[in-house]
Amino acid sequence: MRGGDEILRIEGLCVYFYTYAGVVRAVEDLNLTIYRGETFALVGETGCGKSVTMRAVLRLVPPPGRIVKGRIIFDGVDLLKLPEKEMRKIRGSKISMVFQDPNTALDPLYTAGYQTTETILAHRKVSKKSAWQRALELFKVVEIPEPKRRLRAYPHELSGGMKQRVVTSIALSLNPKLLIADEPTTALDVTIQAQILELLRDLQRKYGVTLVMITHNMGVVADMADRVAVMYAGSVVEVADVYELFGNPLHPYTKGLLRAIPSLTSRNERLQSIPGTVPNMIRPPPGCKFHPRCEYAMDVCKRERPRMIDMGKGHLVACHLYS
Amino acid sequence: MKPLQSSRIGQYLERNRAKIEEWKLTLKVLLRSPSAVCGLVLVLLFLFMAVFGPYISPSDPYKIDFAKRLRPPSSGNPFGTDEYGRDLLSRVLHGARVSLIVGIVTLAICVPVGVVLGLIAGYFGGVVDEVIMRVTDIFLAFPALVLAMALSVAMGSGLMTVMIALAVVWWPAYVRITRGQVLSVRENLFIEAAKAMGISDFWIIARHILPNVLSPIIVIATMDMGAVILTAAALSFIGLGAQPPTPEWGRLVADGQPYFPECWWYVFFPGIAIFLTVLGFNLLGDGIRDALDPKIRRRLEFKSAEGESQ
Repeated sequence: MRGGDEILRIEGLCVYFYTYAGVVRAVEDLNLTIYRGETFALVGETGCGKSVTMRAVLRLVPPPGRIVKGRIIFDGVDLLKLPEKEMRKIRGSKISMVFQDPNTALDPLYTAGYQTTETILAHRKVSKKSAWQRALELFKVVEIPEPKRRLRAYPHELSGGMKQRVVTSIALSLNPKLLIADEPTTALDVTIQAQILELLRDLQRKYGVTLVMITHNMGVVADMADRVAVMYAGSVVEVADVYELFGNPLHPYTKGLLRAIPSLTSRNERLQSIPGTVPNMIRPPPGCKFHPRCEYAMDVCKRERPRMIDMGKGHLVACHLYS
Repeated sequence: MKPLQSSRIGQYLERNRAKIEEWKLTLKVLLRSPSAVCGLVLVLLFLFMAVFGPYISPSDPYKIDFAKRLRPPSSGNPFGTDEYGRDLLSRVLHGARVSLIVGIVTLAICVPVGVVLGLIAGYFGGVVDEVIMRVTDIFLAFPALVLAMALSVAMGSGLMTVMIALAVVWWPAYVRITRGQVLSVRENLFIEAAKAMGISDFWIIARHILPNVLSPIIVIATMDMGAVILTAAALSFIGLGAQPPTPEWGRLVADGQPYFPECWWYVFFPGIAIFLTVLGFNLLGDGIRDALDPKIRRRLEFKSAEGESQ
């Protein structure tokens, strides 16, 4: 899968939210590289900054959030240096996004077909008729039954899974190079989840689009991803091949996450949770942000922030245990 | 049925079936409430008078005939006559048009201005919002009637002055309502989704924010139609609005005041015209509010489906 051909490189990204309570350091000094054509999973607990990171890629961090520093290099271009007008051309056409909750991601006042053509017409100078033609094709691609009738359907006439297919078709309408899926299955029934994941996997294979999945579901990660980055409190703590990560997790936090997954093979084993809670992001603990919850914490962890260490085979980890 | 379905109209009906169904239900909800129907009838009556009044009025509203001074209602003059012997029915019918024009012109100025400013303030937020809202607050702090009076005095009396004065004091309310709605609508995921798909701000505001904030604005504008007519009548009553011999309802009440209560009809008929018109717009506004609530529509949809199955 990995040809060494980068599509997205994030360097030293910092996103802060300036709230009344203080500056929330949602993403701090984050580094990440995503290769062309792969399925990349970004995992972590709620509030660890994974969604904010991907919104920063689209430069859509909601206020009072601000991208403080860093570089986001997409296809050789630093997105953070582009004027807003150029950035808008990239959104939807080169990088697009599937959202968590399909029930609210569609405007209730317009038909599914209209909302698909809207994106096409915003970026391409084509006739309305050919935009509708393209929408029909897309509906077939995302396997919506009776696509012709569904083009005219309003969101309230569609089921959750169907709506997610429509959202996916909108995201794919301009053949983006990078598709970001922000917990695309969290709001759906389990059976529908599997269908949507399968659809995303098919589309990824068929069109070679680079897929970034934001999720907290390790099952989805194991099922879908080629490579995984684990985030904790605004930073990446471990990056590895999916088999490597599940077979040989290095960071104590990753180990904890994997222990918290119920297993079918081992009986009568209690699920282990990671003690403690996500740290206060306004005044994060010094040194390694995970040390207050870490069973291996050493003195150095309280003082120094661990650097990313390459353990070989592209397995990166930020932990003092390995330095 | 067959030729209809293959025709263009048939195709149009088929394609927009969901939309048409929704409009039908909206109308049904409106017609279900007796007060809304009352309001609708009163408003339609008012509009009819305003449009056709001058053509159906029995005599010239300006024709002075001292022989028929201050006559009570009779078959020749159903509403009686005024101190110059002019037919009051004709004057009230002509007055409807004046009131309608004042109402429409005022709202046609302040609704768009208020809504556009509200959309901009709510959508962009920050400094833009701050500036627009503070200016709005300043205008909102002025008592409407007093500012209108001040302007009337400064610019001289007349209908034009009344309309300008009313427009100046009326738009801030629309900024407030629109901004409040925008603040809630823009939090929807579909707005963020549209941004993420590279849709421009202008398009998002025009196609996704505006239609989603429109229903309360329609309701308020309907009710304000009555309120504007009432305020315009009040300004005319105190002599700042329509000048004689223009037949304006507020003016007619003022002119009839010295002859009250002996010549009760002089005050009564223009007064009742104002009363019924304002009442009509208020009732209709209430009815529209219910009809535009999709939850009430759904409830009715289920009710009528139950009725059919029984």
